[in-house]
Amino acid sequence: MTGPIIPLDQLQLGTRARIAAIDWAVLGETESSRLRHFGFDEGVAVEPLHLGPFGRDPLAVRVGRMTVAIRRSHARAIKVTTEAA
Amino acid sequence: MNPIPLVAVAGNPNAGKSALFNALTGARQKVGNYPGVTVERHVGKASLPDGSPIELVDLPGAYGLDPTSPDEEVTRDVLLGKQKGERLPNALLIVVDASNLDNHLRFTLQLIDLGLPTVVALNMVDLASRDGLELDAAKLEEELGVPVVETVAVRKRGLGDIMDRLHALLRQPRQIRAGEGPTNDLLLLQRRARQIAMGAIVSETPVRRITHRLDGVLLHPIAGPMILAAILFLMFQAVFSWSALPADALEAATISLGRAIGAAMPDNWLRSMIVDGLFAGVGAVIVFLPQILILFLFILVLESTGYMVRAAFIMDRLMSHAGLSGRAFIPLLSSFACAVPGIMATRTIDDPKDRLTTILVAPLMTCSARLPVYTLIIAAFIPAVTVGPGIGLQGLVLFGLYVAGIAGALLASLVLRRTVVKGGGGHFMMELPKYQLPRLADVAIGLWQRAAIFLKRAGTIILATTIVLWALASFPQAGPGEKQSDASIAGKIADGIHAVVAPIGFNKDISLALLPAMAAREVAVAAIGTVYSLDAENEQGLVTLEQRLAGRWSLATALAFLAWFVFAPQCISTIAVTRRETNGWKWPMFMVSYLFVLAYFAAGATYWTAVAFGLG
Repeated sequence: MTGPIIPLDQLQLGTRARIAAIDWAVLGETESSRLRHFGFDEGVAVEPLHLGPFGRDPLAVRVGRMTVAIRRSHARAIKVTTEAA
Repeated sequence: MNPIPLVAVAGNPNAGKSALFNALTGARQKVGNYPGVTVERHVGKASLPDGSPIELVDLPGAYGLDPTSPDEEVTRDVLLGKQKGERLPNALLIVVDASNLDNHLRFTLQLIDLGLPTVVALNMVDLASRDGLELDAAKLEEELGVPVVETVAVRKRGLGDIMDRLHALLRQPRQIRAGEGPTNDLLLLQRRARQIAMGAIVSETPVRRITHRLDGVLLHPIAGPMILAAILFLMFQAVFSWSALPADALEAATISLGRAIGAAMPDNWLRSMIVDGLFAGVGAVIVFLPQILILFLFILVLESTGYMVRAAFIMDRLMSHAGLSGRAFIPLLSSFACAVPGIMATRTIDDPKDRLTTILVAPLMTCSARLPVYTLIIAAFIPAVTVGPGIGLQGLVLFGLYVAGIAGALLASLVLRRTVVKGGGGHFMMELPKYQLPRLADVAIGLWQRAAIFLKRAGTIILATTIVLWALASFPQAGPGEKQSDASIAGKIADGIHAVVAPIGFNKDISLALLPAMAAREVAVAAIGTVYSLDAENEQGLVTLEQRLAGRWSLATALAFLAWFVFAPQCISTIAVTRRETNGWKWPMFMVSYLFVLAYFAAGATYWTAVAFGLG
């Protein structure tokens, strides 16, 4: 049913996945609360859509019904699992 | 008598809150500041169906009641009745984006729990159905336990309905609804929000969303940056060329009006003050209104379409090399209009070190007040030839000056991040909102507010400094064979400044203009206008300033003057806002000194190089 668990920044553009876990400990307090505001949570659907043109950073990620920009270093703390739909 | 009922308009960023606020209040609104903080307070009036007035306050967009920025802090404090300068609202109008209920309902639940009489505006329902989403407002109303009204703020849909519901709520005697009390467990709230959102969705047809398709192009790794560069280039060309017609008309009108008044008055000090001081000074500045409006037009449109955030996305990586984040891009781009709102916009940067650095370099972005100076010098010294299809040399030079400012800012930031503002930083998190057509009325309101601010400046600070300068430049009267600008008090002051700036090629006229330019940048133009007008041998002569300049300055001096203004120490308003935003004099003082050093050497290097090329 579910694929292996990988960090969000390793996910191919346009691949839908679900958040398996978020490593809140490596994120700072403001970063954590912003991510929560954006709706990042276990079980939520995510999909990386675009990459910044310079150095493939930051990432534009669809989370739930909105699209947010986060840096690669923070995307790394979000672990996802791909759906076999 | 009770004060007018106050209705707070609250919601997430990008919910279309301000559009709804504008639609409800129209032009009947005021922009102010909350005491002690630099958060703008937008209030407006509207009428209930029975004709009685209510006051609406547009609160800064927030994601929750746990603030991560000064803006969100104000929102929370107003809603809890703890904000200085604001009474506790009598009712609450929550604006949610119909196509992003999952996220927006979380804050809505928190807000409803506050227990104030509440109406929810289910906004942008048209965009939701464009995205294939059909919603059941009645079901949502049932789940939330407060009235829900479908609205399309841009088309003024649902506005009457909102007023009816607010009217009904405000007429009832105040009653505290039984709430469970505010909970701050974000994850719990989020899950409840998602559940309610699911229940309210009637059907969802997957469509390829317009925003997604547009982003495919605008955020394309190659096309994206090229489009951004093209938009910025177009913006600066437009500022120069579209404004020519209205600016010429304004200039002609000022000149003929000045001439008519001059001819109708006896030749005395009052006539001199009006013709040489007022018309030559303030008139020289008013002429730039069209350019400033065009610049603001671009910024307002880019902001309201949702493109500005994409620009930040594209620029983030590059800006991180300079020790800034993509978030700094919007304040810095706003600083092209004026550093004051630009510095105020840094409040959205949550990292204090990132924010301080952005504040310190913001004045290096060429503000619109410097445009008059650039325009005047370019028009007087750079030939109006084309160097390619649709590319004028004058526009190109202007573009170059902007680029110099940007390069200077990035360089300065790089140095600052390694020296005085070390540490912190390193994050960039922003919502990429849906693209929208710019709302004409909202852009018009924005432009009107900027024009009013500019004209108020022209009528107060610029007028006052111009008259003081006229007096200093007029007395004492020059003896026979003496130039007025040498004999006057101003001339003596300029002599002192001249001693400092002579090595970098500045003549006495410029020395004279530097000091009042601290009051407002545009005054440099006004000052030169006044001095030359007083010096003019032909008393009838209200010839254009460019003609006068071209004969009196060398090209090297003109270029050095331009270079100076790219970096010049900032105007008083910028220093004041920096002091307010950084809570003290330390950083504004530092800013002024480092910019002075930078400006001095930039102007010097330009002058010495130009002279070496034989342009002195």
